[in-house]
Formats: sequence, C-alpha cells, structure tokens
Amino acid sequence: MRPVLYVLSFLAVIALGFWAYRENYATQAALKEVEGLQRQIVDLREALSVQRAEWAYLNRPDRLRDLTTANFDRLGLLPMEPSQFGAAAQVAYPKARLPEISNSTDIQGTLAAPEEGL
Amino acid sequence: MRTPLRPLARILQARQEGLNPDMIERENLKLRHDVQREKARGRAQYRLVILCASFVMVFGAIGARMGLMAATEPVEPRTSAPGAEIIAQRADITDRNGRILATNMLTYALYAQPKLMVDPKGSARKLGEIFPELDAAALERRFTDGRSFVWVRKVLSPEQMQQVYDIGDPGLLFGPREMRLYPNGTLAAHVLGGASFGAEGVQSAEVIGTAGIEKALDARLRDPAQGNKPVTLSIDLTLQSTVEEVLAAGVGMLNARGAAAILMNARTGEVLALASLPTFDPNDRSSARTDKTAEPGDSPLFNRAVQGVYELGSTFKIFTVAQAMELGLVTPETMVDANAPLKWGRFKINEFDNKNYGPLLSVSDVIAKSSNVATANIALMIGGLRQQAFLKSLGFFEKTPVELVEASGSRPIIPQKWSDIVTITVGYGQGFASSPMNLATGYAAVANGGVLIKPTLLKREGPTTGVRVMSEKTARDSVKMLRRVVTEGTASLGDVPGYEVAGKTGTAEKPKKTGGYYKDRNINTFGAVFPASNPQYVLVVMMDEAVDTTLSEARRTAGWTAVPVAAEIIRRVAPLMGLRPTLEPPATDALTAASN
Repeated sequence: MRPVLYVLSFLAVIALGFWAYRENYATQAALKEVEGLQRQIVDLREALSVQRAEWAYLNRPDRLRDLTTANFDRLGLLPMEPSQFGAAAQVAYPKARLPEISNSTDIQGTLAAPEEGL
Repeated sequence: MRTPLRPLARILQARQEGLNPDMIERENLKLRHDVQREKARGRAQYRLVILCASFVMVFGAIGARMGLMAATEPVEPRTSAPGAEIIAQRADITDRNGRILATNMLTYALYAQPKLMVDPKGSARKLGEIFPELDAAALERRFTDGRSFVWVRKVLSPEQMQQVYDIGDPGLLFGPREMRLYPNGTLAAHVLGGASFGAEGVQSAEVIGTAGIEKALDARLRDPAQGNKPVTLSIDLTLQSTVEEVLAAGVGMLNARGAAAILMNARTGEVLALASLPTFDPNDRSSARTDKTAEPGDSPLFNRAVQGVYELGSTFKIFTVAQAMELGLVTPETMVDANAPLKWGRFKINEFDNKNYGPLLSVSDVIAKSSNVATANIALMIGGLRQQAFLKSLGFFEKTPVELVEASGSRPIIPQKWSDIVTITVGYGQGFASSPMNLATGYAAVANGGVLIKPTLLKREGPTTGVRVMSEKTARDSVKMLRRVVTEGTASLGDVPGYEVAGKTGTAEKPKKTGGYYKDRNINTFGAVFPASNPQYVLVVMMDEAVDTTLSEARRTAGWTAVPVAAEIIRRVAPLMGLRPTLEPPATDALTAASN
C-alpha cells in the first residue's frame, strides 16, 4: 500500500510542477499583453486629446464665421436675429384633405362642327 | 506518585532511634520542592526557546524582505488597472456647454549635450536656419564653452522636430513636454489668462498658470486626482465670441482706446461673457507685452473688466435713488430740487452741458434725464454714513470676488475722508472708482429683485443664495426708472425692439495724473438690464476714450458710444440665449403687411 502512495504523490508533484510552470508562463504572457495594451491606451488617449484640441481649433468661432462668410452663396447663413422667433400661431394648419373620389363615371363626348350662323 | 511527607514506617523507626521525626518531613518537603522547581525551569526554558525562535523568524523575514527589495530592480506594478489618470496632466478648461477653451498637447523640448556633439559649429548654424529667432553665434558659443547641457527651445512643432532630426547630430536631444493650448486663440483671453513652464526637467516640465483663471485655480487644475475632470466655466463660447465681435467693431468705429463688456446672469451671478479690448493671444502671452514706458492700463494683458478701476459716472445714480427709496425718503413721483448749479461750499455742481432741469424734477425724471444736481440733493438727504453702508453692502468697497487672479489687484479707490462733498459726488459716480465687474454685480442686485449675488466664472449648479440689500419693490421701481432712461432718456439708442432694455448711462471724465480732469477724454459706461418686465441678464459696456464722429460735432457721451454698442450686443446675444422677443416680429415685406 505504501509504495503505491509514494508513486501517486510523486506523480502529483510532477503534475503540479508542470501546472505551475505553465501558469507562470501564461501569467507572464498576460502581463506582457496588458503592458502592450496599456501602452496602446496611452497612445490612443494622447491621440484623442490631440484630436479633441484639433476639433476645438477647427471649430473656433472666428474660423466658422469666416467660413460662413466665404460660403454665403451656398449656405446663406446670417447671425441669429430677434425677428427669427415665431409664434406657434404663425404655423399654418395642415390643409384639410379632400374626400376620396368614389363611384367615378367616365364621360366622353365628341366635338361637333359648329353650325353656320353662330 | 505522590510520596507522603511523613511515611509512618520511617517515623516509627526514627522515634525508636530517638531522632526528630520532623527532620524526615522537612527532607521530604525539600525533595518535593526540588522536583517542582525542575519542572518549572524546564517549562520556562522551553518558552524562551519558542520566543527566541519566533523573534528570529520575524526579524529574519523582515530582513530578508528588505534585502530583497534593496537588491531587486524597481518595477512598476503591472497588474493594476490603468485609468484616465495615466497621463497625469493639467485639467482642461471648458465653457458651460463643454466646448474646450484650454487643453494640453504633447510636444517636445529641444536640448543639447555639447559633449556628445559631433559638429557643434555646424549644428549651431543649422539650428539658426531652422529657428530664425535663435542667435546662431550665441548658440555656437554656448555649445563650445565646455558646458555639458544647453536648453535650446521649450517647444517644437513636429515639422521643426523633423528638421532637427535631419541635422543628425547625436548631441541634439528631445524631452517630452505637455504644452498648454488655447485652440480659440484670443477668444476669452482675459478669462483664461495663460500658462507657462515652471520647474523643468528633461523628461517633463510642470505647467503653471500665469494669469487669469489658470492662475486663480492653479491648485485645482494641477490636482492629479482631478486631472481628467475639466473645469467648467460659466462662459458661453458663442456669446463670448459675439460680444467680442460686436465690441471690437464698436472700438474700431468709435476710435476707442479700449473697451470692456460683461454679460451676467442676474439670478445666478454667472458671468456668461467677459471681454476686454485690446486683447492678446494666451498661446503667446510674451508677445503681448508692450514697452515699459506705456501705461500698464494700456497693455493688452490688462483686464479692463476686472482689473481696471474707473470712475463709472452716472451709472451710480440708480444706487443713490434706490437707497433713498429703500429708506422711504422719496418715491418715484417725489419732486426734488434740481435747480442748477448747486453751490456747496467752494464747489459748484453743474449739469451736463450746463443745462438746468430745475426747479423741480420727479425722482423718476432725475434718472431719465441724469440730473447731477437732483442726485446730489438726494445723496445729501441720505447722508454720508448711510451712503457708505449701502455701497459697502453692494460690494463696492472690496475687490470683486470673481475667480481671476487679476481681481485681487482691483481694490476700488475710495475717498479717505467721507465729507459732504464726497457724498454729493459719489452720489453721481464721481470721485469713486470701481471695476466694471463691481458695477455689474450691483446692477445684478437691482435686476434680480434686490439680492446681492457673488459673481462667478464657474458654472453653478442649483439655486444660488445671496444677501438681500434692498426690498423687491425698490428693485422693481428702480428697473422701471432704468427702463425710462432707454425709452425717453439719455440711452434712447439702446432700445432693442422686443427686449425691453433698461439701463443707465455714465460719462465720466478721465482724471489727469497731475490732478484735475481731461475735458476730451471720457470713460463711457452703460449698465443695462434686460428684459425690463422680468430682468434676467445684466450687461455692462465700458468704453475708454470713445468718440462718435459721424455727425459734424464729436460726441463723447455714453449715449452715443457705449449705448449703441450695448444695444447691438443685446440684439445679437439675446436670441442666442433663447430669449424670445416680447413684440411681434415686423412684417417681412410690404405685401404681407398690406394683406394683414
């Protein structure tokens, strides 16, 4: 009975050693991947902040004003004015719909030559 | 097995031999004690060994750990999850709608290690070609005089960096830098202020605020824990841009030396737009510095809205009248003496253009016509002490509490001795200087029903509370009077159809450095409140030495300079704030008008 127990425990030690070896390398690989991802995140964040700054730069009011002036013939944009406010009462009601045409009859006729004397 | 102390056999034997049996008892007792002592000693020894062993183990573990830590290379923990704070940087500044006003950008600084350089002379010459503002000869001297480290430039554009790479000298090196960027250029420059580099190292440099809100909130902006949370200002980018555009046009047309405008929400104290002209580019503050001989007040860096203290003239009259109404001395219909000129000691108080509105004028007309004499009489009714207390309660005796570092230098100029003549002149805004921001705060108190609210440049959440400085009725009556100034008084050019502008003009002559006042240099101010029926916003426009020359004579009063500019600002800004005009919009053409 005892030798069997020895052999079994020896096998268990080998198996556990193998498992620990694999876990170790798997962890290191995961850590390396995380590091890479973190570097990627930092780069992306940096790019994002640059793009945000660029977006703000391209949308600065001075530039937009110049662009609307330059493209006035296409856009026709003017500064907002008090007269552009409207009241709900100014919006026209939709036109009442005409009833559907039902039981239509075709009417045909011919043009006769006009009589003399008319 | 326990041995008895007096074993009977031995006792009997001892008695037979004539010995003392007590000796036997004592002997046995000693033996018993010996055994007990041996046992106790063994146990104590055992405990000591255990204790020693545990001490050795604990200290050994600590020592081993320390040795291990000292011997290993430092490694950053790799498993902790990174957050946005991975780039610990200065927080962004955004406007109230989240549009970026200030942000950071990664760039590089250029430095040289002359000991590593292959060709110091050639590199210096090539650097001089890339950066025209660098002196190639001086650079060459610094490269060759034996020092081991030279800063060349603080920031580089990517193109410049590539050009420096192309020189190909191993002694030219780059250090990463976070640079503060203001993408909107000069917009809101006086609010933002500017930033520059503090302590500099090769790998990084700290960015510190040098002016404006960047300096005032420096600690918050640099706080690493809040680096990813932007500071949200109360400024609205669209309104700010519109106000600056109109104000700049006004300055150009009226040949003004400078101007300032403040648009404030009267209920919350939030400053929606704050402009001061001339302005500068916060990305490049250093270029805005003027020569040293010029007055500091003329520098583009000078914030006229907050830093400048001016005699704001007749705009003050409404405070005098409001106080008189609050004290119950007058009502809007009370007739007061307005017979000009008013003689007080050796002083003579005149009206504008030597007019005479007298003999009697109703209080409401005093404001509409802007009568100095009548205001002086009302101020005398109030008296100096009460006048001081009221102006103090409106915050005119202190620097404005707005979050700009410049505000701390703007303590109002208060007369040292408050004599009767001071009471008179302060009543109509002469001899008492304060910043336009102070004035806007005072007008906001009138506009919002009599509550003084602290002005702020930060977006406010929730309701704001303030100190009541006058009753609601007084505030309402004051706004009605201000409305009359626009409909039939000195600010008739300020009427914007649909927005019921109410306000008061102020024209004050600029004081000479040598004493006395200039006749042809004015500070023109217009403090406006709109819409009058339900005041929500306060606008203060101040123009420095503006003159209207469209007609034959040059006009320098506020009614011809600051008022039309303020009216145009309101006309443009009110629709942007979603304020609906109260009147019907005019018919678009004659045909529609006829068909109606």
